[in-house]
Amino acid sequence: MKTYTKKQRELKKNLVGWLLVAPSLAFMLCFTVWPIFRSIYLSLTKYRMGMAKPEWIGFENYINLFQSGLFWKVMGNTLYFALITIIPSMVVGLFLATIVNRKSRLTGFVRTAYFYPVIMPMIAIASIWMFIYMAKNGLWDQFLAALGRKPMNVLSSKKTVLPAMAVMYVWKEAGYLMVFFLSGIQSISEEVNEAARIDGAGSWTIFHRITLPLLAPTFLFVSTIALTNSFKLVDHVVIMTEGAPNNASTLLLYYIYQQGFTNFNYGVSSALTTVMLLLLMVVALPRFLSQDKKIHYN
Amino acid sequence: MKKKKAIGTMITIFAVLLGLLWLIPLVWLIGTAFSVPSFHMTLFPTTAFTLDNIKYVWNAVPFGTYYINTLILVVCTFVVQFVTSTMAAYALGVLDFKGSALVFAVIFMQIIIPNDVLITPNFMTLSELKMVNTKIGMMLPFYGSALAIFLLRQHFKSIPRALADAARIDGATTWQTIWRVYMPCAKPAYLSFAVISVSYHWNNYLWPLIVTNSPANRTLTVGLAIFAKSKEANMQWANVCAAAFIIIIPLLLAFFVAQKQFMSSFVSAGIKE
Repeated sequence: MKTYTKKQRELKKNLVGWLLVAPSLAFMLCFTVWPIFRSIYLSLTKYRMGMAKPEWIGFENYINLFQSGLFWKVMGNTLYFALITIIPSMVVGLFLATIVNRKSRLTGFVRTAYFYPVIMPMIAIASIWMFIYMAKNGLWDQFLAALGRKPMNVLSSKKTVLPAMAVMYVWKEAGYLMVFFLSGIQSISEEVNEAARIDGAGSWTIFHRITLPLLAPTFLFVSTIALTNSFKLVDHVVIMTEGAPNNASTLLLYYIYQQGFTNFNYGVSSALTTVMLLLLMVVALPRFLSQDKKIHYN
Repeated sequence: MKKKKAIGTMITIFAVLLGLLWLIPLVWLIGTAFSVPSFHMTLFPTTAFTLDNIKYVWNAVPFGTYYINTLILVVCTFVVQFVTSTMAAYALGVLDFKGSALVFAVIFMQIIIPNDVLITPNFMTLSELKMVNTKIGMMLPFYGSALAIFLLRQHFKSIPRALADAARIDGATTWQTIWRVYMPCAKPAYLSFAVISVSYHWNNYLWPLIVTNSPANRTLTVGLAIFAKSKEANMQWANVCAAAFIIIIPLLLAFFVAQKQFMSSFVSAGIKE
């Protein structure tokens, strides 16, 4: 074995390190970092299909967007949809986790039943739920008819289209959030619960005085994931409504897709992407601030 | 004590009822896919068992090609991620080289901003590379995986240094140390990531939709979406259910067989400290 001086060894280590990260880094630079900066740049230009190169126009895209009613409608839809999906899916997810955490012979069945929608593609789910929600013939409207109520045709009404999608989304997502809550609950040491029990605390007291506070980091983490997911998943809009009725179900990513790939207006699509980037960064912020010491390089 | 037991039984009953509620869409999907089409939708099948819907859909849509395309996409993406992420995870977890903070910054960027939202700029890059409507174009943005690097790095760090030192004394190079010592030690982490990666790419829709424009390259999800929105699928829920069944069945079976592995994989992919 050859011997190296300390400095040479140090140099070799750095070189090997960079060589080893090079492939991953190259792909991440090309498809994560570069597109982020490119979106920001293109958002300040006029650029449509057929134009040779982008034309600098400053903040015009943003000004036009902020003055259009549609943009605010889409933002409203996106935030409203996030709100009506993440809060119920977190509540349901936590609830499912507490049921599943109990030892019973049926736990395996129950857990499987709650989790299986997670591994199904949204495209398949939306295709199926579209028929469930279909006017008159659909399962939901038939159910209402059986109760003696009027059919709702939920996907064609401005008021019900997003809540109907949210129900489907919660059904798909709750099992996913359940497993995080479950692992959070199981990481709480049994001794703590035991001590409380000896002091005479009931199950409910233990749940809201011990379990819930100790789950705070899990809550923070789960809400970040749930928010990010609700922003980045729009497959159901493509299948079920394409934004109808009258853009009542157009979400931000779907709007980005429309501008970029139906209208071929890359400038506006980039401005919308930049708005999305800001949203995602705001969502990630609390998690970074609270964990920055822990999550870093050790 | 008696009261407690009664509450316990009630919760169990409720949990099972809720589980049955959760199963309704799947029960309806499978029941409908295998019954004779009718204009009256029912929760449970009312007609005799039939394979006609599956046969019809399989012939009407080139699902065979879509299956092969999806398999190629899923396997090739994972294999490349496997290699690139193992290398990077070793460098970041074991070597502690100068400037690694920069790499971490890029990794966190990808964790905060998933590729799913960068469709417009990434499509432009792809068309500049002349890779629109290619299989490789569908995979390229996922070859550098922050999630895989993070997951493997955590695992590599827990492997005792003494093992690597012993290998080095025996004359192993860095390359051999990675593939003969670290990689075999981290099998659970690879398994977790495999589950995440495969189910993500099997189910992914928007990016493959944007990249592909011919049946030769389309994936299952894109094929299903086109079929579900076509005129011939209008009101034909038996056929749409059959098509959906064809797509979901491999992952669903894998999940029913290895549900614990699936759940723990999804947990470990949620990056916690």
